[in-house]
Amino acid sequence: MATKLMATKLMAAETRAKRPIRWHVGVFLAPAVLVYTAFMILPLFGTLQLSLFRNIEQSQVFVGLGNFRTLFGDPNWSVNFWNALRNNVWFFIIHMLVQNPIGILLAALLSSPRLRFTAFYRTAIFVPTILSFVIVGFAWKLILSPIWGVAPHLMDFVGLKSFFTPWLGKEQYALTALSLVSVWQFVGIPMMLIYAALLSIPDEVIEAAECDGVTGMAQFWKIKLPLILPSIGIISILTFVGNFNAFDLIYTAQGALAGPNYSTDILGTFLYRAFFGFQLQVGDPNMGAAIATIMFLIILAGVCVYLFLVQTRLRRYQF
Amino acid sequence: MKTKLLTALLLGTSILGTTGMALAEDVTLNIESWRGDDLTIWKDKLIPAFEAKNPGIKVVFAPSAPTEYDAALGAKLAAGSAGDLITCRPFDKSLELFKKGNLADISSLPGMENFSPVAKAAWQTDDAKSSFCVPMASVIHGFIYNKDAFDKLGIKVPQTRDEFFAALDKIKADGTYIPMAMGTKDLWEAATMGYQNIGPNYWKGEEGRLALIKGEQKLTDPQWVEPFKELAKWKPYLGDGFEAQTYPDSQNLFTLGRAAIYPAGSWEIGLFNTQAQFKMGAFPPPVGKAGDTCYISDHTDIGMGLNAASKHQAEAKKFLEWVASPDFATIYANALPGFFSLNSKPVKMEDPLAQEFVSWRGKCKSTIRSTYQILSRGTPNLENETWVESANVINGTDTPEAAAKKLQDGLDSWYKPAK
Repeated sequence: MATKLMATKLMAAETRAKRPIRWHVGVFLAPAVLVYTAFMILPLFGTLQLSLFRNIEQSQVFVGLGNFRTLFGDPNWSVNFWNALRNNVWFFIIHMLVQNPIGILLAALLSSPRLRFTAFYRTAIFVPTILSFVIVGFAWKLILSPIWGVAPHLMDFVGLKSFFTPWLGKEQYALTALSLVSVWQFVGIPMMLIYAALLSIPDEVIEAAECDGVTGMAQFWKIKLPLILPSIGIISILTFVGNFNAFDLIYTAQGALAGPNYSTDILGTFLYRAFFGFQLQVGDPNMGAAIATIMFLIILAGVCVYLFLVQTRLRRYQF
Repeated sequence: MKTKLLTALLLGTSILGTTGMALAEDVTLNIESWRGDDLTIWKDKLIPAFEAKNPGIKVVFAPSAPTEYDAALGAKLAAGSAGDLITCRPFDKSLELFKKGNLADISSLPGMENFSPVAKAAWQTDDAKSSFCVPMASVIHGFIYNKDAFDKLGIKVPQTRDEFFAALDKIKADGTYIPMAMGTKDLWEAATMGYQNIGPNYWKGEEGRLALIKGEQKLTDPQWVEPFKELAKWKPYLGDGFEAQTYPDSQNLFTLGRAAIYPAGSWEIGLFNTQAQFKMGAFPPPVGKAGDTCYISDHTDIGMGLNAASKHQAEAKKFLEWVASPDFATIYANALPGFFSLNSKPVKMEDPLAQEFVSWRGKCKSTIRSTYQILSRGTPNLENETWVESANVINGTDTPEAAAKKLQDGLDSWYKPAK
């Protein structure tokens, strides 16, 4: 027994002697780790910590989960919170149902060898993605404006004027309209990712399919779609994270009060009002941090569901 | 080469600058402000006027963006690098600074007696015992109208509500003009230019506002619901698609001559004067019956206080005394038509539209916006809710009664009036 232990110790010592500590690994990792820690991890824990305190008489007092109790228990907060969460889910659903299928469709069209001017279409569709939210929000506000907008005139040309309403000002349409604006802006991202995935499918697979008589639409559904499923999974999770962190578009188009009647209020705008305050409302960083923590947990839960339930079941093909 | 030259220049100026100061022993006062728009007025008119009278004191106006002002000022005050003079937002934001000890108590400053209690209320503790900012200017609410349109349609300036709605009907029937330029998209127009504009006539200005703070009146009382009812009646007179009409849209509709009446705040005067190609007039919110006392919202908007940590207290106080003087009021009110001096001594103004607005102070009773003092301290925030509900009432989403009830319920949930 003792000799065996000695032997292992000796062996361990030997290996250590043979393989010196590889400092350069740590050195090379250090910048990224330091930067990531300083700008992401520390603020994250700072937020979590902030959410457990409350400002009473100008000093921070530890209240445990008191802020969360307020957020969920006090109707003045909870009504707004659930409303924001509901709107945010709808915002996400629209993206999943509209943005991603259109992105896949566009990618499929772009990868078709018979299509000309591919590079032009690809660029044109991707350009809105790199535009600032401020520009997008402002441009669409103008386009949809009932007074100066081109939308009512264009619809008049094709005889659809009667279908025009001031969408951004109507409670029942505003959120959907803004979701679609966001879809317009970001459809380029799923398109690019899927396009890349489609291009990476080896020609042999496609040729083999053709030999077996699988062509056209059937080829897309039976060969290509299963091969790009992992990319679709990634896109879904990117959409999820992006949507539940969304704020800018609503803020630029509808303002911090996310009108009309809070119908476009999503978690981001709700957080903004709580944290920074608005007009006469004085900011409450502690409640804001509590909301931010809940947002973090929602996104974490979503990502976990994806990682453990979806990604493990996706089959990967090695070529 | 270029950078070298620049560095040399910068170094040179910094050395020269400091030596210059040290030699002349001038004191430099820095003003913190969010009014970047006023930079030229301060630089060209106000500061030279002060410096001419007070040799040895230099004043620098250093504004930051309105949306960043409060956060930036807070950070600077905490770090001890804030300017000597601080432009004050009305009510709670400044009160908070005073409570933290950032603003000095200036109740005994010579010149403070030039201001009425209503004017000072925005920068006082709740018990009105200590003041911490000199009131600079207020904005008055009313309606600006297109004089040419009124002449063409033969409409007289309405005095009563019946006349007001008759005028709107007439404009609507004629069809050339949109009767009223206002949208509900940005929410605050409906509350600020709507509810707070016409409301004081119903709740009798200060009387109702103070009773609300004391808890003697409720927002569900008729005098607080009636303004909502009138707002609901505005709906048919607004332009097509007013639900998505923003504040700049409304301004443009009016200045382009497409709308006849604009529910306004006096701060519009400067812009409208440069943009509108037609003659404009203004009238105060119409009263119920001819001969009724009229009430106007004369809202205290901007003041100036002293940084308690300033190294130049004596000089800064001198400057504040000057801000409290009629001299300052005259220059300021004329340079910025629509921002009216709160000084009790009347100020001569050149702009006819501004004169019209300020003349209402003589015949009507002044009040400030009902939601600003004390009542917007909690959650839900009464001011923000008033924005949302005023827009809801005009859009027809909520009835006036339901809107008032929501506001009162929200207020009741945190506000306990001192009995």
